[in-house]
Amino acid sequence: MSHTVGHEPILGKFPGLEWDEEAGALVAPAAQAAKIATWLRDNDAFLLDYCSNVTGVDYLEREIKEKVTNEAGKTETVIRIEPSRMDIVYHLYSMQKQTGPLVLKQRTNREQPEVESLTPVWRSCELQEREVYDLFGVNFMGHPDQRRILMWDEFEGHPMRKDYTEPFDYEWEPTPHDEVLERHQRGKVIV
Amino acid sequence: MTTSNTSPDIDLDNTTRTELERAGVIVSKVDYLYNWARGGSVWPLTFGLACCAIEMIASATSRFDISRFGSEVFRPTPRQADLMIVSGTVTKKMAPQVVRIFNQMPEPKWVIAMGACAISGGPFKQGYNVLKGIDRYIPVDVYLPGCPPRPEAVLQSLNYLQEKIRTQDIKSDPAFTKGRRQYTVPEFTGKDLEPPYNPDVWQPPTNPNVKPLEEATA
Amino acid sequence: MSSPTATAPNYELIQQDGLETSLLEVSMGPHHPSTHGVFRMDVKLDGETVVDLQPVFGYLHRNHEKLAENMSYLASMPFTDRLDYFNSMTNNWAYALAAEKLVEIEVPERAEYLRVIMAELTRLVNHISLVGFFINDLGALGTPLLYAFREREKIMDLFEQASGARMMCNYFRFGGLRNDVPEGWLDRTREVVDRFPDFLDEYEKLLCENEIILSRTQGVGCLSRDLAISAGITGPMLRASGVNYDIRKVDQYGIYNRFKFRVPYTDDDVGDCYDRFMIRMLEMRESIEILKQALRDIPGGDIIGKAPKIFKPKPAEAYARVEGPKGELGFYLIADGTPKPYRYRVRPPSLINLTVLRDMCLSQKIADAVVILGSIDIVLGEVDR
Repeated sequence: MSHTVGHEPILGKFPGLEWDEEAGALVAPAAQAAKIATWLRDNDAFLLDYCSNVTGVDYLEREIKEKVTNEAGKTETVIRIEPSRMDIVYHLYSMQKQTGPLVLKQRTNREQPEVESLTPVWRSCELQEREVYDLFGVNFMGHPDQRRILMWDEFEGHPMRKDYTEPFDYEWEPTPHDEVLERHQRGKVIV
Repeated sequence: MTTSNTSPDIDLDNTTRTELERAGVIVSKVDYLYNWARGGSVWPLTFGLACCAIEMIASATSRFDISRFGSEVFRPTPRQADLMIVSGTVTKKMAPQVVRIFNQMPEPKWVIAMGACAISGGPFKQGYNVLKGIDRYIPVDVYLPGCPPRPEAVLQSLNYLQEKIRTQDIKSDPAFTKGRRQYTVPEFTGKDLEPPYNPDVWQPPTNPNVKPLEEATA
Repeated sequence: MSSPTATAPNYELIQQDGLETSLLEVSMGPHHPSTHGVFRMDVKLDGETVVDLQPVFGYLHRNHEKLAENMSYLASMPFTDRLDYFNSMTNNWAYALAAEKLVEIEVPERAEYLRVIMAELTRLVNHISLVGFFINDLGALGTPLLYAFREREKIMDLFEQASGARMMCNYFRFGGLRNDVPEGWLDRTREVVDRFPDFLDEYEKLLCENEIILSRTQGVGCLSRDLAISAGITGPMLRASGVNYDIRKVDQYGIYNRFKFRVPYTDDDVGDCYDRFMIRMLEMRESIEILKQALRDIPGGDIIGKAPKIFKPKPAEAYARVEGPKGELGFYLIADGTPKPYRYRVRPPSLINLTVLRDMCLSQKIADAVVILGSIDIVLGEVDR
């Protein structure tokens, strides 16, 4: 099995960089992402020279119910509101040391999503970040060629967002089930 | 080409016919000749969009061999092809190019919609980019269901097309009456194609369970 | 590291005696005899030399990822067949691996061996079809393709007997396979595998020393090692540029650690079209080695492990990758406790291998651009999803 990369050597080197245990990922602040990425690529402890997967994840505002025990020992359900955010997730591997993966995330808000582009660090992010721009609407600062890649140029909207509604184009379609259903309900066997 | 009863409606008795044949004269209808020639040499266009294209190529290889039915060569250019086998999902981004290529084909031309995606959108129907069937913009002659249809099914659809060609009438052939058929090419807008379907070619089906609005308010 | 936009070669517009030169803009595609699907390249030409090249795709974008967010986990399995429509078995395996990481399911021995057999047969199908299409692009219209498809038909028959469909097999399930192979299937597979090296010998004798292929593919479309690693290239393209990285050896998913096989890669930095072509021919021989070992050692037993009836994993993330015939195919799943995935992402090898198309084609002739595209081995169902 490929050895998972331990993240301890990088903690403390950059302010604002933290380790999210639940997701198993390093969360980088927007302004420093390129510097952190360059450090991960060049430092001998990591040598992460291969960025495998770049993707965006859209989180709407949601309520999370948690069971919390207070000091008296009773468990009660607490409702916590998790704010909306947009994540850009990078999966990083090292070809020289044959280790990986290390997950790096950049967090930003949903209204005006803006992150730093890691294309100057790893060339493989070029087309994938264009796709995240096309389908999610995230602005990558420093990307050499940011334009739509999968949808046509005049398209408005960002289809992979959770609140994207498709244009209303309902058409009634005749299905054979209506007639076949009636005959079946009347008791005739359909061969 | 036989001169026996397969040439329809020729009222010649057998003695006249054998005498003419001995002299080297064959009597038949122009319709029959035209349809025999056209149906026997239908040249398809290499128009593979997605997975069904592989089965179309497989039907042209030596195991299934489409060229024994007359489709000897697949032409890459629409100006030299007779038949467009639309194989694969037609997306809204690709639809204008499909219509443009159909417009460039000279008469006589036919279309086979191969695969569930070309007939009605297929498994990807609920998509913001998928066109629900190519018959919204161009007229389709044979529908071939399957996902993907086997190469033998492709050969059968070609047989159906040849049967259909045999029933065509030269007096109503658009090549001689109206000229090459052209259809409007859709344009891209912010949300969808404009027009969403060509009203001369296809109309959405009406729901018989619902009274139309004018009757209800009258 | 090279900058993302490589500089185009110097060209000068000449003006003399009232005549002037200019650049010719050609849009190759989306319907073109030499593109592998609906793919468009906007090339700018100075005479016959390529000065700029922009790939345009999205003509087959079928929003597979958005569809999967509305369906249950198992219902997306038939859709993974249609991603890379040549290798449906490998796509299924990558998705099954990702889902098995979310929920701990034990896969039985026989199912693991059969998975390896199906994946290696798929690799054979893909590589011979690719070699057939590649030689077709070079101008040998049809004949090597028909030879390749003759062998492909034998393997398609095996797939049909095992799973019911020639191409879109939908054979893998979470925890094993859908059904066991029928009686005599293993003997028939052994026959096909035993006769395959003769076909490869015939192909090699006709093609590998062929003067036209040598002169048209050597030195064409060179890709250096540093650029390949930085651009995230995987698969035979990466190994042709001198990097020894095969996910079957690195991750050792499934039971690949039990098989002895070599990984062919070049030891220089050139990485031209001929290298990629030869790497694929050598990989086919290694696949036959793996198949022989797997067919010899396959045990009896169950075909599917204990999977939960309703697949509802706890909130977690998983990324699983396999060595597909075209490169690293990965699936990234985010589960949130409901029966539908929250985020479903496919890491497409063909799309990422296209990052370097422009770099490889600059200052080559237009006819070479077609050959280079053929050697990258793209399939549009995966690029556009």
